[in-house]
Amino acid sequence: MEVKDIKIKAFPAEEFKDNETLQQYIDALKKEGGSVIVGKLDQLIDWGRANSLWPLAFATSCCGIEFMAAASAHYDLSRFGMEVTRNSPRQADVMVVAGTIVNKMAPLLRRVYDQMAEPKYVVAMGACAISGGPFVNSYNVVKGVEQIIPVDIYIPGCPPRPESLFYGLLQLQRKVKVERFFGNKRIKRNYRPETLIHPETGESIDPQIDFDNE
Amino acid sequence: MRDITHIIRQAAEDAQIEERQKLTVTVKPRQLHPVVEALYRNKELPFDYLVSLTGMDWGETLGVIYQFSSSADLTQEVVIMTATADREDPLLYSITDLYETAHLNEREVYALFGIRFINNPDMRRFLLNDQWKGFPFRKDYSHDTGLNPVTVISSEIVDVAPCIRETADGKLIEENNPVFDEEDYIVNIGPQHPSTHGVMHFRTSLDGEIVKKVDVHSGYIHRGIEKLCESMTYPQMLHLTDRLDYLSANINRHALCMCIEKAAEIEVPGRAQYIRTIMDELQRISSHLLAWACQCNDLGATTAFIYGMREREHVLDIFDKTCGGRLIVNQNVVGGIMFDIYPDFRKDVNVFIPYMRKRLKEYDDFFSHNPIALGRMKHIGYLSREDAISYGVTGPAGRASGWSCDVRKYKPYALYDRVEFNEVMRTEGDSYARYQNRLDEIAQSLHIIEQLIDNIPEGEVCAKTKPVIRLPQGQFFQSVETGKGEFGVFVESRGDKTPYRVKFRSPSLSAVSVMPLICRDAFLSDLIGIAGSMDFVIPDIDR
Repeated sequence: MEVKDIKIKAFPAEEFKDNETLQQYIDALKKEGGSVIVGKLDQLIDWGRANSLWPLAFATSCCGIEFMAAASAHYDLSRFGMEVTRNSPRQADVMVVAGTIVNKMAPLLRRVYDQMAEPKYVVAMGACAISGGPFVNSYNVVKGVEQIIPVDIYIPGCPPRPESLFYGLLQLQRKVKVERFFGNKRIKRNYRPETLIHPETGESIDPQIDFDNE
Repeated sequence: MRDITHIIRQAAEDAQIEERQKLTVTVKPRQLHPVVEALYRNKELPFDYLVSLTGMDWGETLGVIYQFSSSADLTQEVVIMTATADREDPLLYSITDLYETAHLNEREVYALFGIRFINNPDMRRFLLNDQWKGFPFRKDYSHDTGLNPVTVISSEIVDVAPCIRETADGKLIEENNPVFDEEDYIVNIGPQHPSTHGVMHFRTSLDGEIVKKVDVHSGYIHRGIEKLCESMTYPQMLHLTDRLDYLSANINRHALCMCIEKAAEIEVPGRAQYIRTIMDELQRISSHLLAWACQCNDLGATTAFIYGMREREHVLDIFDKTCGGRLIVNQNVVGGIMFDIYPDFRKDVNVFIPYMRKRLKEYDDFFSHNPIALGRMKHIGYLSREDAISYGVTGPAGRASGWSCDVRKYKPYALYDRVEFNEVMRTEGDSYARYQNRLDEIAQSLHIIEQLIDNIPEGEVCAKTKPVIRLPQGQFFQSVETGKGEFGVFVESRGDKTPYRVKFRSPSLSAVSVMPLICRDAFLSDLIGIAGSMDFVIPDIDR
């Protein structure tokens, strides 16, 4: 597809490989409408938001260790304004789901997500969080966190190297930078709640509890 | 060994005793406890260390395989098997009164196989929720995902422990005991808590600031690796072992490779043995560095955390250059190693050794004698030698309590019988002893690498294996010393290309099962520090 609109200061589009997804994202945002006059103010707010994304490391396994390595001196996550790892979901902006999510953990993951304040973002780090990874055939593994919560960025790898994590987080910053705060428009993210079933009644739960002001 | 046979015969006349890879005894469920007790109370060589407890589904029968060893001499081993034909309500006798480590293991067997243990005081399911339908490790378990669907509705935690008790006249009584007192003030630590080193869940009852009781909940990362292995060929299984205790990934994989090689009678080339041993020791250094860093971080020393991670990166760089993986090394395969080392490997390791020695001194100078750190580690989290054995706590933590339990010394594998190193021992049994043990073990690992790095022989790095590896019928065991302690692999084969049952003996499970004991009457803030000193990895517990 044609990529035309991505103009983010400090993030030249040619330095990133995947511009198509972002372009789709921008187009969808435009379609949703939103205010046109407040461009400059939007930019200011997005600049602030994108450069101080405080992560919540929902680290369950191997990927969590790579997240720790990324946060320490050698790789230094603080270069991107993300070193303030918040352990309380109420103070965090982006949840990094690092590791396998199993059935027993699913309600807790959702609860932590619900406790986060808007605007909130989710990064699925590693094969397990994306799809179940090497454990996809297990009786107890959730096949991708997008079954439980909406996901903004996927970072493949098992586990992804800190460089991959950074690339993914920079992509997230780009996404944040094209957002429009004043229109309060955010588009639907990848989310497949159809598999969620109530344990007692067996009916499907509709967890679309006003996620995206739809 | 003749004595052992004699003791077993005395306790149970009709026990079947066979010489397999290990001395294997099959007894009836009723005879199990007397036989085990006789071995446990044997004066000359008490079998007081329960290495592993493995649930089994043999088709018609459900049973358990116990692997016992002696704390005085780890080379002495006995395997005891028992089974019941009742698949509807299988009952076996518990041995928790003799071995504390049996407690969580029996609860795990209940969750996965549905076998309940008589006289175990707390027969809640471990790893899985109480609402779980079916027993996933049974061969007839339905894999229909609709049975246990993913949900976001939280289930209540019920603090009631069912238990089956046998009275003196042989009657079975079912009871429900409360886990906590009614008035207890309970704090949930975890499962999403940065200081529990993953997704551990401690339900802690407090008296003011003092910990009264800790109830361990686990299973928040139970991925069913052992079950997955049953549907995989042997080379496919290897990559799952890396993801158990990811900090000792290479060593875990070494264990499974050795188990398969022994069973299939594959000779590993000398060069591969050298490289495996060096990589194992490098892995141990990285594991201990992370443990040290996290323990210091748990005590509030962020600088130490950054320092530890900094040195760890040097090891990871060597891994990275060797095989492209940083954390998950992916090097060992059945028959040797996948790729040869890169040309500068020797040089890089030789640069790393003096660098790391200097850093160890630095750690010692700036943190090991810090009065605040000492105040939070000395005489905190005391674990006695008897308890360490009873709970099966091995590794640096077990050796800090004065139990000599280094598998590399007792059951040497790879090149450990050819290198000279000291088993690091301490007798204080507190957090500080465990802390010091890890730093000293790094020095010992450097010493081992030093002896090997300049003598790597030329030659092949991998033996030729058949395209499809089949193990002969039988049961195969292998243990290794990981950064956390004794890691065991058990494979039961029926001659197919896939195993019938695989079990991993997790050193972290023992480390976490002892937490309620060593945290009792400690301050709540010390609980985190003690957990750091035990250095457990949760995916290794949950498997």
